[in-house]
Amino acid sequence: MELLLDSLFNGVAIGSVLLVAALGLAIVFGLMGVINLAHGELMMLGAYTTYVTQLIFKLPLLKPFYNSYIIVSIFLAFIVSGVVGILLEKTIIRKLYGSPLETLLATWGVSLILQQFVRSVPLAYGTGLVISLIIGLFLPATFPSKIKESINFKYFKFSSWILAALTGVLTGSIISSSVSKLSRASARNVDVTAPSWMRGQVEIIGTAFPKTRLMIIVITLISVIAITLFLNQSAWGMRIRAVTQNRQMSDCLGISTEKVDIITFGIGSGLAGVAGVAVSLLGSVGPNVGGNYIVGCFMVVVLGGVGNLLGTVLASFGIGIMTDLIGAGRLLSIWPDMPTPLSNTINFFATTSMARVMIFALIVIFLQFKPTGLFPQKGRMVEN
Amino acid sequence: MSLSKIKFDKKIVLSFWIILIALIIAAPTLLPVFRLNLLGRYLSLSIVALGVDLIWGYTGLLSLGQGIFFALGGYCAAMYLQITSSSEFPNNIPEFFALYGVEKLPFFWEPFRSPVFTFFAIWIIPALVAGLIGFLVFRNRIKGVYFSILTQASLLVFFNFFNGQQKLINGTNGLKTDVTQLFGQMVGSESMQRIFFWITAILVIAAWFFAKWVVKGRFGNILIGIRDDEPRVRFTGYNPVIFKTIIFSIAGGLAGISGALYTVQSGIVSPQFMTVPFSIEMVIWVAVGGRGTLLGAILGAVFINYAKSLVSEALPASWMFIQGGLFILVVTALPEGVLGWIQGDGPRNLLQRFGLKRKIETYPSLEVNNKEGDNE
Repeated sequence: MELLLDSLFNGVAIGSVLLVAALGLAIVFGLMGVINLAHGELMMLGAYTTYVTQLIFKLPLLKPFYNSYIIVSIFLAFIVSGVVGILLEKTIIRKLYGSPLETLLATWGVSLILQQFVRSVPLAYGTGLVISLIIGLFLPATFPSKIKESINFKYFKFSSWILAALTGVLTGSIISSSVSKLSRASARNVDVTAPSWMRGQVEIIGTAFPKTRLMIIVITLISVIAITLFLNQSAWGMRIRAVTQNRQMSDCLGISTEKVDIITFGIGSGLAGVAGVAVSLLGSVGPNVGGNYIVGCFMVVVLGGVGNLLGTVLASFGIGIMTDLIGAGRLLSIWPDMPTPLSNTINFFATTSMARVMIFALIVIFLQFKPTGLFPQKGRMVEN
Repeated sequence: MSLSKIKFDKKIVLSFWIILIALIIAAPTLLPVFRLNLLGRYLSLSIVALGVDLIWGYTGLLSLGQGIFFALGGYCAAMYLQITSSSEFPNNIPEFFALYGVEKLPFFWEPFRSPVFTFFAIWIIPALVAGLIGFLVFRNRIKGVYFSILTQASLLVFFNFFNGQQKLINGTNGLKTDVTQLFGQMVGSESMQRIFFWITAILVIAAWFFAKWVVKGRFGNILIGIRDDEPRVRFTGYNPVIFKTIIFSIAGGLAGISGALYTVQSGIVSPQFMTVPFSIEMVIWVAVGGRGTLLGAILGAVFINYAKSLVSEALPASWMFIQGGLFILVVTALPEGVLGWIQGDGPRNLLQRFGLKRKIETYPSLEVNNKEGDNE
């Protein structure tokens, strides 16, 4: 019983990391049909945001609030990755709607650039750049409508970008002068240390669970609930669903598809940032941290059925539990006296990398029987 | 995509070939050994690029898993070389086996004692694996991005498998070939490398003619048909699955040959050949050169790799930026690649933009026939 609980918990923990990482991808891929290979790098940005937030909270001014930095960084990571995602949508992806293979290649290019960016630009100035992006993109939206409608709006927009650039440079240099760890570029991996209240373990029914894992499960739960509520209850969620179902008709009915695209992509990317926070709690953060997850995320989305959040949830927990069962060789401890050839096979696959081999092979076999995943889309749209 | 090509004079074509062959023969004396070796490697990469062009440029299947077949070919060649030159090691098996306490050659390596078997294995095994993967995927009508994702997942399966199996294939260390012997000579020696360069050059030309032959005629037309409108091909009575499987295994075979040639010239084969970025890079060679143009694939592979080594020598950090920029640029601005741009209306449009050439004032349908003629 205890063994089973332990195994289930581990599986859920692995699955929830997958889920929070795949959630943004499922939204972008399922609702917009865009293959975002830079998703892993948006996660990486989220993880680095956690790191930067942690260091900034060590400054004397913010020291008393240090324990809450992880909560703050979840929101910051959402904003940072979301803004980078919006920029990506505005500059590149917008031109490529309807040709998914092209988006795949272009976003791969973006992911290379982002990886090299965190390697060769000091994090302090990276932070400054992101801050100026946030201000530049959002400041014009806060102007009163009188200014927005005037013919000189573009000058206001331009001056807000200048303001944004100045703020960015200023914050960048302030951070780099006050936090020495952020002032130099480095390709080395960095570590995020969890605040004291998240270290250690919790005992539930005689089994010890690490608190960071529980935290990840909580983050995942909140993200899933929030995104479900947003899509199903809010006005913009309804518009997003409408555009997904019929873009032209929604356009005719006065829904700004352009805005819907930006919001969808921004939320998908922001969720990648939240996933980045979760990932940063698990191990060290480096430029390649996103690459480890991206293929797994795509498998989750494909297995769950595109455009279906429930499928994504089930698929990621399924993969998580299977990974744990196979990778840790748990079947052997559950059923100790199984025949030798079978136990040999299980031992053969009982490492992390071989478990991945097995899982992917199982998914490919599964897709032989259900090519469109657990919950396929129905109707005429499917052929496209 | 423009199908019309500029027709060259026979004399020009002949002199082009003479110059090309002269360059290939003279290259070992013109270039220092290091550069020659690099050129040889990049030429062998152009064979895998030809395969990518066949499946992506002509058939519309974007495979992100060509690294599997590339590495399989490499492993076949490397294992043969290791086995034939293992006579001085204990048990007559390659040295690394002793490290993991393996005393007997694993059974599936047994046939690789024979050079004839290896010669065929290098391209038949990757082709068979590709055919199997392709058939399983195509049979379910999985296409487009799903195909890309699945090939990438299979790539990771193979990568993890090869990475984890020390006792069978030396795991993450890979197999070294440069100190092995072939026909009594060191594979890494200068004279052998020169021979490998010539073999590579000849095979690139052969592969090019082969690919030209494949895309010519009805078979090629069906491939293009599948790329442009697959349901229509199916409704006309052809079975796209068969054609897709065949072309995918041809591309796999080409990748295998390419991998073997690359391995003997770089001196090692390792699971690094199966990493995700490397397989996507193959796509960008073709995309930059011009998808749907076979020459573009070859030129793209050679030039981009040369540029990569030159840039990485001068400014190590900047290559990733350039490469990332290339991906974005090629997709947004040059979707037909450089060669496709030249063959199409690219240069004329550019000149028009600067007012150097008059606009064509005919109907678009007439334009195509009049392309080489005057502006009337």
